[in-house]
Amino acid sequence: MNNKLKTILTTNEMIVIYIIAGLSILIGCVNSAFIGVPTLISLSRSMLVTLIFAIAEMIVIVSGGIDVSFPAVACISLYATIKTMLALNIDSPVFAYLMAALIGTGFGLINAILIAKVKILPLIATLGVSSAVSGWTLAFLGTKEISNIPEKVDKLSQLFLFTYTSGNGIKYSLTILAIIPVVICIGAHIILKHTMLGRGVYAIGGDSNAARIAGFNVTKIQFITYMTSGCLAGIGGITYMILMRQASPQVLMGSEMMVIAAVVIGGTRITGGHGSVFGTFLGVCLITLVQNNLIMLGIPAHFQTFVVGLIIVIGTAITSIRAKKIANSAKI
Amino acid sequence: MADVILKLEGIKKSFSGVHALKGVDLEIKKGEIHCLAGENGSGKSTLIKIISGVHDATEGNVYVEGKKIEHITPIDAINYGVQVIYQDFAVFPNMTVAENIAMNRALMTGAKRMNWKEARKIAIEAMEQVGANIDPDILVERLSVANKQLVAISRAIINDAKVLILDEPTTALTDKEVKKLNIILRKLKEKGIAIVIVNHKLDEIYEIADYLTILRNGESVAHGPISEFNRATFIKYLTGKDISEEKYQPKESKEEVLRVEHYTRKGSFEDVSFTLYKGDVLGITGLLGSGRGEIADALFGITPAESGKVYLHGKEVHIKSIDDAIHHKIGYVPEDRLTQGLFLDLSIQENTVAASISKYMRKGKVNTAIMQSDTMEWIRKIGCVASSPKAKIRTLSGGNAQKMVIAKWLNAEPEILILNGPTVGVDVGAKADIHKILHNLAEQGVGIIIISDEANEIVKNCNKIIVMKNGRISNRLKSLDTDETKLTSLVNGEWGEGV
Repeated sequence: MNNKLKTILTTNEMIVIYIIAGLSILIGCVNSAFIGVPTLISLSRSMLVTLIFAIAEMIVIVSGGIDVSFPAVACISLYATIKTMLALNIDSPVFAYLMAALIGTGFGLINAILIAKVKILPLIATLGVSSAVSGWTLAFLGTKEISNIPEKVDKLSQLFLFTYTSGNGIKYSLTILAIIPVVICIGAHIILKHTMLGRGVYAIGGDSNAARIAGFNVTKIQFITYMTSGCLAGIGGITYMILMRQASPQVLMGSEMMVIAAVVIGGTRITGGHGSVFGTFLGVCLITLVQNNLIMLGIPAHFQTFVVGLIIVIGTAITSIRAKKIANSAKI
Repeated sequence: MADVILKLEGIKKSFSGVHALKGVDLEIKKGEIHCLAGENGSGKSTLIKIISGVHDATEGNVYVEGKKIEHITPIDAINYGVQVIYQDFAVFPNMTVAENIAMNRALMTGAKRMNWKEARKIAIEAMEQVGANIDPDILVERLSVANKQLVAISRAIINDAKVLILDEPTTALTDKEVKKLNIILRKLKEKGIAIVIVNHKLDEIYEIADYLTILRNGESVAHGPISEFNRATFIKYLTGKDISEEKYQPKESKEEVLRVEHYTRKGSFEDVSFTLYKGDVLGITGLLGSGRGEIADALFGITPAESGKVYLHGKEVHIKSIDDAIHHKIGYVPEDRLTQGLFLDLSIQENTVAASISKYMRKGKVNTAIMQSDTMEWIRKIGCVASSPKAKIRTLSGGNAQKMVIAKWLNAEPEILILNGPTVGVDVGAKADIHKILHNLAEQGVGIIIISDEANEIVKNCNKIIVMKNGRISNRLKSLDTDETKLTSLVNGEWGEGV
């Protein structure tokens, strides 16, 4: 029993929790304003889009691949959707999400074909798709920022789950859009953990040859994985647009490193086969915390990039050392 | 006849014109342990892949329990009760033991949900049947090879397996683990499961098999109860040639090649002394961790000795690094040729000249023409079956690859050649070829040291034997005064045979 407790206390997830707790206490000591509901609300708001992308990325990495095309896919999804809506005078949140998800899924399909059928390495395939998509968006859809979001869609950004009024009368509200990553997290957890499809994702990430012999349809699972990733990229993109109340064709580019870092810090092994929704959630929490609140420690902005980089290196080093330790430890 | 579970009739298979199988018949009966023996390239693997539905036979019929089966797919094979345990076990390292075992059942029934409780129950039941005792909640990546195999066996039997095929199940197991595996296989046999073992280690086959089928060049050249075969006939069928079972004996010589005195590296080996005369082949054996491999590592300068002296042809030499060893013309064929002895993705030619590249430098340029002719020469001399010097090492079979590791050193014209497990994973025919090469070298005056845990190999091929125990020499023998059984009990010491 003692042994079991020890295993639980030393899981990757727990280590991330310790780091988050330590960092929070540190920031809280220096700046007492940090501890409280306002921080929680602003953190939730900052991490909700990252979380959507991170879940998508985690699923792909668990399956033994990687997807660096999601920022570009998210951008084209949101930009093409808003342009269509403005051109055709459509004003419906449902249409916005549907269209963005569909565009995303389509690019996921292209990734899947390149990776599962043409057998290009995932990194190269998605890198190529990313560049092509991003360039195409700028060339054919334009470069203008759009801020006249249709009214009903725009209204979503003003709907709140609850509002907290602090002692000095400032209002902090949690956007209704926070429901989206919550639903995605729960759905992803159930599918990954409790369906054969989900176990198949782990199986092909663990040993794709063994998965094939066991009777998994490896190609099909890869298609589903990359299409899901694309679909979530579309949803994440449109969510970001609503949250920011403007659409820009390049706005999410470059976010892939942070997302992959969050996923890996959350215990997902970059080599595939290992990873969980909860771990990914924690990884995103930690990265967001560092990005948003380091300033409260009096650390200047340009140092933040340095600290984030440091955390990525240390965080991934811990995971990697643990994996190595397991590989070298006495076998049972 | 009712007992025949699986019957193959006139199975032929060709791959783009190459005939891998030329009409093989095979009959597997209920509750028998059937050994399928054959050298590399004899068609064993192809035959298994046809049975398991990975390949389609070009010609011939497959019957399961008397019923003719057309076009088997892997899923069909499993549904008919044919289970194959591959060499790498095809387990998922990232999943728990329970999930690994229960996975196939879930896939077969087409379940959509993953039922963890049920999986655990199935796994525990299956492991009980097999007699395995592994924590079902542990990740498979943390298991030893032997336990991974048990997981694979447990997984195979839950699907009402009628025929269990094991592809070279003992390659990565220790003697003790092999014995444990045999106990399990006999238990399964009593339950009426037919077991097919692909193997080419004679001793292990005699230990477990009831019935034997020998394949050679895609044909089944002999089959019958194991009692009908003695070692000599077995080897003859296997290789198609007569391989002597005689012990190697060189001409007496007083010409000293290598003398090692009080060689010591604390914690690995202590006070090791021996002398090699011209023609001698020295065998060093012992349990894993006895210091047998560490001596070789020291002589080749990988982990140099701390004290003691080494004399080459009577002159003292100091070996403090691999460079020193190579400078003094010492060659080393490591235990794990795949990771330590070869560049798998480079050509045979590039591998052959890897230890002697300076020979080919002409005016600052590498002379590839001589390289190629030398490589061709070695391929011919050493009897390696390869299409061309440009073929990648990865495409060679185990025996041929090992021959090329040796050729690499021979091309460097060594004075001492140390071989650690020179014939691990090499079939009987190639093994005999390798041993013959070594004996010829010894007679030419090259000092040969063979490190091996195979008593048979040591007794037959070395005229002098050193048994290591806890880092010290526990026995010195002449091969004429000992035999396999005696040597094995000396190696195992007071722990004896056990089990």
